[in-house]
Amino acid sequence: MEALVAILIGTLTACGVYLTLRGRTFPVVLGLTFLSYAVNLFLLVMGRLTVGKPPIIVEGVTEYADPLPQALVLTAIVISFAMTAFVIVLSLKAHLEMGNDHVDGKHKP
Amino acid sequence: MINHIVILPVIWPLLLGALLLLLQKQSLQVLRIVSISSVSVLVLLTGWLLSIVHSGEILVYVLGNWAPPFGIVLVADRLAAWMLIITALVSWCALVYAVRGTDTAGPHFHVLFQLQLFGLNGAFLTGDLFNLFVFFEILLLASYGLLLHGGGRLRTMAGLHFVIINLVGSTLFLFAVGTLYGLLGTLNMADLAVKVANTPVEDIALIRTAGLLLFAVFALKTALLPLYLWLPAAYAHTSAPVAALFAIMTKVGAYCILRVYTLIFGERAGPIADLIEPWLLPLALATLIAGVLGVLASTHLRQQVAYLVVASVGTLLIAFGINTSAGIAAGLYYLPHSTFAAAAFFLLADSIVNRRGEMSDRFEPGLIMLHQRIVGTLFFIMAILVAGLPPLSGFVGKFLILQAALSHVALSWIMATILITSLFTIIALARSGSLLFYRAQAPEATHAATDDHTQPIITPHGISGLAIPVCLLALCVALMIWAGAITEFAQETANQLLHPDDYIQSVLGTGK
Repeated sequence: MEALVAILIGTLTACGVYLTLRGRTFPVVLGLTFLSYAVNLFLLVMGRLTVGKPPIIVEGVTEYADPLPQALVLTAIVISFAMTAFVIVLSLKAHLEMGNDHVDGKHKP
Repeated sequence: MINHIVILPVIWPLLLGALLLLLQKQSLQVLRIVSISSVSVLVLLTGWLLSIVHSGEILVYVLGNWAPPFGIVLVADRLAAWMLIITALVSWCALVYAVRGTDTAGPHFHVLFQLQLFGLNGAFLTGDLFNLFVFFEILLLASYGLLLHGGGRLRTMAGLHFVIINLVGSTLFLFAVGTLYGLLGTLNMADLAVKVANTPVEDIALIRTAGLLLFAVFALKTALLPLYLWLPAAYAHTSAPVAALFAIMTKVGAYCILRVYTLIFGERAGPIADLIEPWLLPLALATLIAGVLGVLASTHLRQQVAYLVVASVGTLLIAFGINTSAGIAAGLYYLPHSTFAAAAFFLLADSIVNRRGEMSDRFEPGLIMLHQRIVGTLFFIMAILVAGLPPLSGFVGKFLILQAALSHVALSWIMATILITSLFTIIALARSGSLLFYRAQAPEATHAATDDHTQPIITPHGISGLAIPVCLLALCVALMIWAGAITEFAQETANQLLHPDDYIQSVLGTGK
């Protein structure tokens, strides 16, 4: 399962990096979203992959899942969600003000 | 009980920001009074905090009483208090300038301003790496709003670049934090410092990766070469008070570099000790050169000031890159100087823009501006200050850096770069000054028709607009007059940073 998750994070990151380097705002926003998905998954996995273990203290249980990455990832998700919303609105504003959706505000030749 | 003061600089702007949001319906006058008095209180608060930690005491505030390393802590040592008071002073000046009209350009200026301070103060005080990320996001989100405040085509475009590059930076930050947590199982900086020193051999490569990834993030925030390209456009196109406030933003990155790489990856870190030493000094030297080339090539005054910020970042990080207590102390003296000077220069540039009408801040001879002599004299003093000529604080700062460099192996590189770039800064500023002031023509010499357009631009930008730049200049003069006491304090701060045992003891000892 570790290998699968690692490949997944890698693919998401690669897609995110490629799209972020594009010249138009829409792919860039998508790329940033992919990057934030990748990093959220990465944070979650940093508590190690466990199945069916409780995160908080329960009578008679000795092995636990790490609860902290879940808290971290929740914070990260909220922040990246807000940032995505913001960057979408900003891209729209840029599109309206500059008449095209190129990140440098230039017309395509 | 005294420890509660540590959280006040964080919580105060947050509460006031929320209050200002509730007061939106009130007149602008009310908002301005609340906002300015809030920042004035912040200046007093940070001054009080500085006077407490001045003795070397490290105050630790344990949030929710969750004992470290499990809970989040706020830590106020000399460095944090120093950064806080610089931030408070700069933001006070920026805000007083902003109430002269910038805050009418759009809603929520004062709310965003307070939240920006919330983020900045939090970033300086937190003792937890993930919490640092959260405060980074808060200050960035507020800064996006402030940067775009008032709108405009160029501002939107510069803002878009700024937002996107910072979002990528945040992602890298999270990757680094995740890696450190995954390997060491903690995010408390003091605890990290202890655990990094005992890293198992097989994890060393990964910890180094995380450490250098963090450095890339901080370098992006500081605008270190090659990650400085976002800064000139963003700073040159935003409104003057915001640019003045942003003078402290690059210093957040510098602060983080200093904190993380003296505490976590410092000398005690065993196999990972002095992680960024091979990188920091060469990059800082290159940043200084690139910044000064930008200063030489600028076609607009505000662009030139923005490149001066890049150059000052280079100089500051050279001081930190020397990596001795004298070098860090020199940097800590240079840091407030460069912040105040950059803020004052941005505000002065705004006064010049307002006086030149259509010519704006282009480097072309225009008409003689209103209060030409006073503005010209201020520009001259600013130029001396920024270029580092005696007798002002820029000279003292650069002198201390060069003195600290004397014992460094790369002495010749540091000397040559700083001295030659200073010369080029003087040349560039002399050229701008002569184009803006000496070669300005009297109105009679130009076409009579254009006279009517360009002459009457007195409006709200009378002589009082120059009071704030003068105020910031006075702070620089104060830095010069009390240089002895301040360098002594900077030296003590540097010693505290290079011996992080006290910090670690204070944080990890609180829970027990």
